[in-house]
Amino acid sequence: MADIAATPDLAASPVRELWRAFAANRAALAGAAIILLILLVALAAPLLAPHSPLLQDRALLLAPPGWTADGSAAHPLGTDDIGRDLLSRLIYGTRLSMLIGFMVVSLSLVIGVTLGLLSGFFGGLVDFLVMRAMDVILALPPLLLAIVVVAMLGPGLVEAMLAVSFVALPNLARLTRAAVLTELGKDYVTASRVAGAGALRLMLSTVLPNCLAPIIVTATMGFSDAILNAAALGFLGLGAQPPVPEWGSMLADSQSLIQRAWWVVTFPGLAILVTVLAFNLMGDGLRDALDPKLGPPTRP
Amino acid sequence: MSLLEIRNLSIAFPSPRGWMPAVEGLDLTLAEGEVLGLVGESGSGKSLSVLAAMGLAPRTARVSADALRFAGQDLLTLPQAARRRLSGKEMAMVFQEPTASLNPCFTVGFQIAEAIQAHEGGSSGERRRRVLDLMRQVGLDEPERRFDCYPHQLSGGMNQRVMIAMAIACRPKLLIADEPTSSLDTTIQAQILALLAELQRRHGMALLLISHDIELVASIAGRIQVLYAGQSMEEGPAAALVAAPRHPYTQALLAALPERAAGSRLNAIPGAVPSPGERPTACLFQPRCRFAVAACRSVRPGYDGAVRCLTPLDASGRPRARMP
Repeated sequence: MADIAATPDLAASPVRELWRAFAANRAALAGAAIILLILLVALAAPLLAPHSPLLQDRALLLAPPGWTADGSAAHPLGTDDIGRDLLSRLIYGTRLSMLIGFMVVSLSLVIGVTLGLLSGFFGGLVDFLVMRAMDVILALPPLLLAIVVVAMLGPGLVEAMLAVSFVALPNLARLTRAAVLTELGKDYVTASRVAGAGALRLMLSTVLPNCLAPIIVTATMGFSDAILNAAALGFLGLGAQPPVPEWGSMLADSQSLIQRAWWVVTFPGLAILVTVLAFNLMGDGLRDALDPKLGPPTRP
Repeated sequence: MSLLEIRNLSIAFPSPRGWMPAVEGLDLTLAEGEVLGLVGESGSGKSLSVLAAMGLAPRTARVSADALRFAGQDLLTLPQAARRRLSGKEMAMVFQEPTASLNPCFTVGFQIAEAIQAHEGGSSGERRRRVLDLMRQVGLDEPERRFDCYPHQLSGGMNQRVMIAMAIACRPKLLIADEPTSSLDTTIQAQILALLAELQRRHGMALLLISHDIELVASIAGRIQVLYAGQSMEEGPAAALVAAPRHPYTQALLAALPERAAGSRLNAIPGAVPSPGERPTACLFQPRCRFAVAACRSVRPGYDGAVRCLTPLDASGRPRARMP
């Protein structure tokens, strides 16, 4: 240990250390790779998609995937009940899912972390009000609450995102508050106060950076929750409205075809599954990498 | 004129049984450029008093004082913002756990620069130059390399040097060192203490050294004030106080030092500092005092600015006059 102190430039920068810990976890790396791929697909959707997601091919309704006996090579994953190319819809759907994930996570992150900071920092009445409000949100099943919010705002993609963000608030607020309370008791915060730091500086530049590790992990996991919840709302017809190729509403549209055309249900479902799984794997890996106490996952 | 003046400072904490006094009627004065040692066991209210004087007592505490003055300004009536400008610039503090007192998220160079930026500004190049100079002043070798180190990459002694560099960055009039060496190795302790003494002399700043080690304090302090259970017990010139303590508590503190153990056993003071809820109404130290007489159990001795005892000790270390 003494060597580390004596030769500090041998010690890696924090970012490099984090990457090393993260890369040691194969599953997390796989998750990150899949997310990167999904992001690329979302960005390059117009280049990758063979057809327009809205174009209806009246000649080929419910065509099976291309590799099956009676499939059409022009539609590798088949078409839906009004002849739209499934692959193209899925590719454009990644854009929506990523958009939903980003919007929901950023919105709930900003509001949730702010509430948590205020609550942990000022305590007393502020803390009481914020935390009891969060308790009320937590007391209702998340999807049900999201439905209530959408019912008030009206169905639509933006409304669904707002509803899902709202549901995600308590987790982040409580997590931030707990982290802030832990950090506030530490000496460096007192040292910072003694050095004349004001409340805003203490909150944002002294305490917040030290609370980031659990917040980053929860935000990553929140991505998958957001996609899942938005898909659920879409499935219930409360999220993205037709003909928008959102994965959840694609599932909903094909409900009745489940017996006749397995592909219209399977592929959107798989897309949701893979995306959510990738974010969860990456979140797990980040948690292990950011918290040295947990170490790499071990199998019994 | 005194730099820091605390008159009749009392701090109490709420409890289910009412307000618990942690500090009672503490008087403390510190002249410019003076080195004062504040000595006492854990829980005697040393750190709390100082934090309260800086306006940083815990939120739940009730703080009252007849006077709290620093460099001619009344801290009791000074607005919060003006008070914040004072702390860090005019008075700075060094803590017990150097590694815990530095923000783990930022490099040490950045943190020292931040102290300068907050109070004096200047361009970033100018700040970097000053930081490197400060790092050299506090005896950190190869400052250019240490600049970009994080606190966890440095040893406790080096981190304490960084803390000291941060504290003296704006050339404060008063440096408060709260047990600055307690968590360090003995060899490093002496170095840090010597560094503090040297910086104090060079910058002519006042130094308030808080410690439980009376002999260590006496090695650099001009004057010593002994605290027990939130009250001043004795104060006086360091040399005289250590040579001939007048309060039995000071004597017991000195006798408890391992260096002074006569035989193979250490002379521990029996018992512990009474917690705020269990303090005797008479003399606070009486239950642990080897010279206690009947009167000590009924009367709380007053403080005459030098010693708080009914039967102060004389040069021979025995009570001077027996109470009738």
